[in-house]
Amino acid sequence: MARYYLTDYDLLPERTGQVFGVKGEEVALFRLSTGALAAVENRSPHPKGGTLGEGLVSGHYVYCPVYDWKISLLDGKVQSPDEGQAKIFQVERDGEQVFIVK
Amino acid sequence: MEKRQLVMIGNGMAGVRTIEEILKINPDAFQITIFGDEPHPNYNRIQLSTVLQGDTKVDDIIMNSWEWYRENNIELFAGEAIVKIDSASKVVLSNKGREVRYDELIIATGSSSFILPVPGADKKGVTGFRDIKDCDDMIETARLYKKAAVIGGGLLGLEAARGLLNLGMEVEVIHLMPHLMERQLDAAASKMLKRELESQGMKFLMEKQSAEILGEERVTGLRFTDGTEIQTDLVVMAVGIRPNTGLAKESGIYVNRGIVVDDFMHTSVPHVYAVGECAEHREIVYGLVAPLYEQGKVLAASLCGSEAKPYEGSIVGTGLKVSGVDLFSAGEIDEDNETKAITVHNEFDGVYKKIVIRDNRVAGIVLYGDTKDSSRLFRMLLKKEDVSGMTSVSILESGCCGGGASESNAAAMDDEEIVCGCNGVTKGTIVEAIRTKELTTVDEVGGCTNAGRSCGRCKSLISDILAHTLGDKYDTAAKKDALCGCTGYSRDEVVAEIKEKGLTSVREVMNVLGWKQEEGCSKCRPALNYYLGMILQEQYIDDRDSRLVNEKMHANIQKDGKYSVVPRMYGGVTTAEDLKKIAEVAEKYNVPLVKLTGGQRIGLFGVNKEDLPAMWEDLGMPSGYAYGKTLRTVKTCVGAKHCRFGTQDSMGLGIELEKKFERLDTPHKVKMGVSACPRNCAEAGIKDFGIVGIDGGWEIYVGGNGGTDLRAGDLLQTVKTKEEVIKLIGAFMQYYRETAHYLERTSKWIERVGLDHVKEVLADESTRKALNERLDKTLERYIEPWNEAIEKKEVQNKYYQKQKGTEAPVLV
Ligand code: SRM
Ligand SMILES: Cc1cc2nc3c(=O)[nH]c(=O)nc-3n(C[C@H](O)[C@H](O)[C@H](O)COP(=O)(O)OP(=O)(O)OC[C@H]3O[C@@H](n4cnc5c(N)ncnc54)[C@H](O)[C@@H]3O)c2cc1C
Ligand code: SF4
Ligand code: FES
Repeated sequence: MARYYLTDYDLLPERTGQVFGVKGEEVALFRLSTGALAAVENRSPHPKGGTLGEGLVSGHYVYCPVYDWKISLLDGKVQSPDEGQAKIFQVERDGEQVFIVK
Repeated sequence: MEKRQLVMIGNGMAGVRTIEEILKINPDAFQITIFGDEPHPNYNRIQLSTVLQGDTKVDDIIMNSWEWYRENNIELFAGEAIVKIDSASKVVLSNKGREVRYDELIIATGSSSFILPVPGADKKGVTGFRDIKDCDDMIETARLYKKAAVIGGGLLGLEAARGLLNLGMEVEVIHLMPHLMERQLDAAASKMLKRELESQGMKFLMEKQSAEILGEERVTGLRFTDGTEIQTDLVVMAVGIRPNTGLAKESGIYVNRGIVVDDFMHTSVPHVYAVGECAEHREIVYGLVAPLYEQGKVLAASLCGSEAKPYEGSIVGTGLKVSGVDLFSAGEIDEDNETKAITVHNEFDGVYKKIVIRDNRVAGIVLYGDTKDSSRLFRMLLKKEDVSGMTSVSILESGCCGGGASESNAAAMDDEEIVCGCNGVTKGTIVEAIRTKELTTVDEVGGCTNAGRSCGRCKSLISDILAHTLGDKYDTAAKKDALCGCTGYSRDEVVAEIKEKGLTSVREVMNVLGWKQEEGCSKCRPALNYYLGMILQEQYIDDRDSRLVNEKMHANIQKDGKYSVVPRMYGGVTTAEDLKKIAEVAEKYNVPLVKLTGGQRIGLFGVNKEDLPAMWEDLGMPSGYAYGKTLRTVKTCVGAKHCRFGTQDSMGLGIELEKKFERLDTPHKVKMGVSACPRNCAEAGIKDFGIVGIDGGWEIYVGGNGGTDLRAGDLLQTVKTKEEVIKLIGAFMQYYRETAHYLERTSKWIERVGLDHVKEVLADESTRKALNERLDKTLERYIEPWNEAIEKKEVQNKYYQKQKGTEAPVLV
């Protein structure tokens, strides 16, 4: 486990995912309307895959842009009636700087 | 403490279900490793029939995705077979030389198609019907060849034959016995089945035994023991299955027909278990999933050390997954001296029912044409209920003619009665899930309980249970067109509220109208954004983040997260210069696919998101909106300028229409076509707006659709000049914009509101004028979106960049 710097908090638009490549993995970072941050692997758990960064964000959920699955950004859980789990990363904020832990 | 190592050989339905049961009881008990010979994650083998019949895709039958294995920390070696079990040192060895140690070992190797040992059985074009590969082979063969022969008139054979018919092949089914499915059906039911399948186009050769498969390298025909021959390009062997026991046998595990297990699925060797079609329990090897899932449950409990009930065997019920055929069979199908049967045979309605009763108990069921009673009767059979006090009418509740309300059948069921045989889900479990989790659809019930997720036979019963449990709520839930789950408001109510209360943004609508999910969902947000834009013609500020992904990105997202770029090519007319630009851009950005689209223009497919703005800049052409709920293309024919039949300038009008209406938000996408004579080379008859030039005028067709539900356009009016065409289309378009539901194509809308109604509205000149004014005001609002992305750095940053995080860890 180590911390990786992603960006400055100020640069993050609200409710529009930003995609970062970190250590061979794509991470989609979201700034929610509450101001909180959430990061998830940029890969839908749908069996056919797809990305998440472009999804529509509502509260702490993102709707997968390709197959419209509703996924919680808190724990990565896919909401019923669909099933699955997206990989979540821990986000840390140090003043302006935003890090993920992986 | 180190976890115990659990290794499983076979990644199929029974095995993986066992693992699921183990995870349910104790997710931390084992470190799990699975070897599967097939290169896929666990899939629903039962649904291969529907895949072959074309109703489902292979991707849709995956039951446990790769992700699932990862999430549950299961190591899966897919495409890798185990070749040796060394039970003395507790190690398995794979065909790739991998050695894995186990504490407990499950053998779940299933079975293989039994291939008749006749000469020629190894020729190309001879296959079983067991896995995805067989299915792919058959689909491929059907593309290239015409004739198929299926050997075996049982369940599997008939489902394969139906699939091959759907794939366009001529199919002959060869059966050794005088009756089809003789193990499940008696002569009467079997005859009815045969008649139905013949009417579907299947041919039968009964009481024929195959002797030899003819052909050189590839099969060309079949010879039977009576000396007759047929020609065929494909032979599907569906004569039975062979448990995969070779590995166990060679490793010293006791094998009879299957791997012999006791009531807890233990084999003859300690710490080695068998489950599924490879296992033999009390001299029975099962070939349907319901009993295998029961075995899995018992094995999981015993492995986890929780109190396990012994497995005591199962009685199975069978259906056939062929559309147009409704049958169910279980238990004894033929009578003898000690049995009595209740038989109903209504040839007129094609219904046949036989209940075999032995010692006053239901011992066998054969239903054909009406299977509503199947779960109740099957339950009576399993429970060994005494029926001596019952009349034959009450045993056969739904009568002789397929009558009897199905919902009351659902009501009459006991809570512990099984609804979904495949997954052993009772009515009580389903009702409980509906109540506590507020479920309203069959799919949701499946998501929560597994019911209906295997063969799907029980789905209509689940729907009846939903109706019965929810009562009026089910009706209203189904009937009232609420915008989505976030609100009870319908489309018309929302539009009225926006106007009445003067609401101006998506957020405000959701706030004021008390949305349940505060920030809405992927259904209501795009819809609200559209309605607001339609109502507030001039001043509406578009909420880009509420748009569907394609419109938000101004490019179509593809399955792998890449995009497509389709520039405008007004009226399908282009220039050498534009073609060069497109070619250069395709080269410069390594575009993997350049294709003519169905809309008379060129598409660049498979583009990286971060390349989009630069490509648009290099192209210097406007967006073709191939992704939007807006005007897509205006197809034109070459017309009077060149064609000897042309009566009008179709290209000119097409280009004018496309330039006028482009970018306009519409409830769903809108397509146009302009032809210059009734030969209609631009296919105007299946466009939302189709214009056909005639001598001295234009015909205007509306509501055509060439997509999912094909619909020919209706003639709206014939007019003299192209100005009139543009005005009439403008008025029609605006009326559609103002009254349609979001995502309702003109074809559906016109059927809902009626062509005559629209004609009436548009008959009034002042109405037409007002509609056109509102339309023109709206059109002024738009700017070219690709250009905006090129010019505005903040748009590029927000939507189109893929950033590099620091690769080196930062310690703070
Ligand atoms: C590119 C193109 C196929 C091609 O290679 O030719 C295409 C591609 C797509 N079509 Fe189409 N359609 C294309 C012409 C058509 C046509 C033919 C036509 O327009 O003449 C039809 C039938 C005509 C009609 O719509 O009446 C057509 C009927 C559909 C439908 C069914 C619509 C319906 O109401 O039934 C969908 C699904 C939808 O819109 O919900 C669809 C959806 C799609 C989407 C956008 C699916 C999606 O959401 O990802 C495809 C995007 C692929 C991509 O990677 O960009 N496409 N699609 C064609 C683009 C034309 C263009 O230049 O803009
Ligand atoms: C077309 C079709 C339709 C069907 N319809 C129905 C239906 O309607 N209702 C119903 O109840 N049942 C139906 N069945 C039967 C049902 O699919 C099977 O009963 C069920 O899949 C058996 O599960 P299993 O786990 O025992 O075997 P399988 O699902 O066959 O899994 C066994 C797996 O083990 C693998 N394997 C074998 N040997 C090794 C080795 N040495 N190393 C590694 N891996 C190995 C195999 O490749 C296979 O993937 C149908 C079957 C088919 C083919
Ligand atoms: S028909 Fe259209 S939607 Fe279907 S796969 Fe082809 S391009 Fe995609
Ligand atoms: S009975 Fe097969 S899925 Fe329910």
